[in-house]
Amino acid sequence: MMFVCSDTEPDTDPTPLPDIDKWVAENDSRGRRLSGNELGPTSAATTVRVRDGELLVSEGPFAETSEVIVGFDLLECADLDEAIEVARTHPMAREGRLELRPFADLPD
Amino acid sequence: MRTGATAGAVAEAVAAAGVEAYPRIVATLIRVTGDWALAEDCAQESLTVALERWPADGVPTNPGGWLMTVARNRAIDVLRRATVERRKLHDLALLTPQDAPPEPDVSQDVVDDRLRLIFTCCHPALAIEARVALTLRTVCGVPTADIARLLLVSESTMTRRLTRARTRIAQAGIPYRVPSGPALTERLPGVLAVLYLLFTRGYVADGEPAFADEAVRLARLLDRLMPEQSEVAALLALVLLQHSRRDARRDATGTLLTLERQDRDRWDRAAIAEGLAALDRVRHDGPYAWQARIAARHATAASAEDTDWPTIARAYDALVDIRPSPVIALNRAVAHGYAYGPAAGLALLDAARAGGGLDGYPLTVAVEADLVARQGDRLRAASLFRQAAAAVGSTAERRALLDRADELTRA
Repeated sequence: MMFVCSDTEPDTDPTPLPDIDKWVAENDSRGRRLSGNELGPTSAATTVRVRDGELLVSEGPFAETSEVIVGFDLLECADLDEAIEVARTHPMAREGRLELRPFADLPD
Repeated sequence: MRTGATAGAVAEAVAAAGVEAYPRIVATLIRVTGDWALAEDCAQESLTVALERWPADGVPTNPGGWLMTVARNRAIDVLRRATVERRKLHDLALLTPQDAPPEPDVSQDVVDDRLRLIFTCCHPALAIEARVALTLRTVCGVPTADIARLLLVSESTMTRRLTRARTRIAQAGIPYRVPSGPALTERLPGVLAVLYLLFTRGYVADGEPAFADEAVRLARLLDRLMPEQSEVAALLALVLLQHSRRDARRDATGTLLTLERQDRDRWDRAAIAEGLAALDRVRHDGPYAWQARIAARHATAASAEDTDWPTIARAYDALVDIRPSPVIALNRAVAHGYAYGPAAGLALLDAARAGGGLDGYPLTVAVEADLVARQGDRLRAASLFRQAAAAVGSTAERRALLDRADELTRA
């Protein structure tokens, strides 16, 4: 899973960012990107907890952070190195950050 | 087989075989099982079994092959009990019980396994402390307790750190292979930094010389596999040229000798020649390249007086530009002091101190003492040497500094 995150200090390199549509098309056609989407703003977030059997619903994200998850891509990669190579070509690698995390139940 | 070997001889044989065979066994078992902890446990186990059996049975003719066989059988047992993947068991069974002669120098298979280990340990997705600790443990076979002492943490902390690193390799999907193309170039600085750190750990006054030997060996290996990488050649040149002085660095009583007091006949000429040849292939101006050029000037000076200090001073100027560090600034002051007189050195020393990071670094005072001595103020120099001696941690260094102080007050 690749979380696409914002960053308060994006890249200042003036060269244009890679085209996101091209990135999606390329990785979809290789069968590497299984799914993905942009997320709504944190102002649209709702946090849910149950404590002592009581449902607690509150507005907003679970923690106040200036850097937030703004989208995700579900990738099928052989190993971390392949995932890093894919993440490197995503435009948000320069505008924000990408967090790579394997699923816990993958074999090995 | 020899029988009736003494306990001491057996312990020595096990230790020697361990140094040589341990990384090879670990690398092979990781390749086959993918399980770092299992590989290390089984390699360790084989050494324990050797300590039990060799005193009675004698030291086998091929100790490394014997250890490999024991480790492999042990891994088969463990996996069988865990009834895991059939394929791993099959692959393990295929590992020939190696009673073949020890590996030739460039056996591709083994070389690649070792290199894979190095590059896996040096993956950027592992924290830098984890990279160093894993390299020491897995590639060099250093016991966890010793690594803990080296890196100044408790043994239980180091055990946890190593376990977390191995788990992370599995969970994050860090591949066990030598990367290619741009990834290789990107990872190389980390690999070189780990090797240089390993070398330094072995080279410092209280260090373990075996680490320096191992770092030299690994640098040679890396250079053979990547002869076109100028940075690798530079690191190899640097460690060889520094290591060439290892026998001359102490006198008969174990006191550390500075460069100018060393008996140059005791320098290792073969290592110097090899280092200079590696330096010839360096085509860039990186930190290791400049440090190697500095080491080469020292290594080729017929005597301390013949040292080409102006060239060394210029190399430090370049080095301080590309890799500013308090210690390099300090060494630069020394070089300028010898090239252009103690006043020039003291001026740069003041600047280095003002730059920060040298407070509490005992050699700063020793450098000042040396420059003051050469200006002729013997009493003040002696007092500074004593002040430096009180602050250093290593006995050998302390003795060397006190000797300097005594010489200055005696005359």
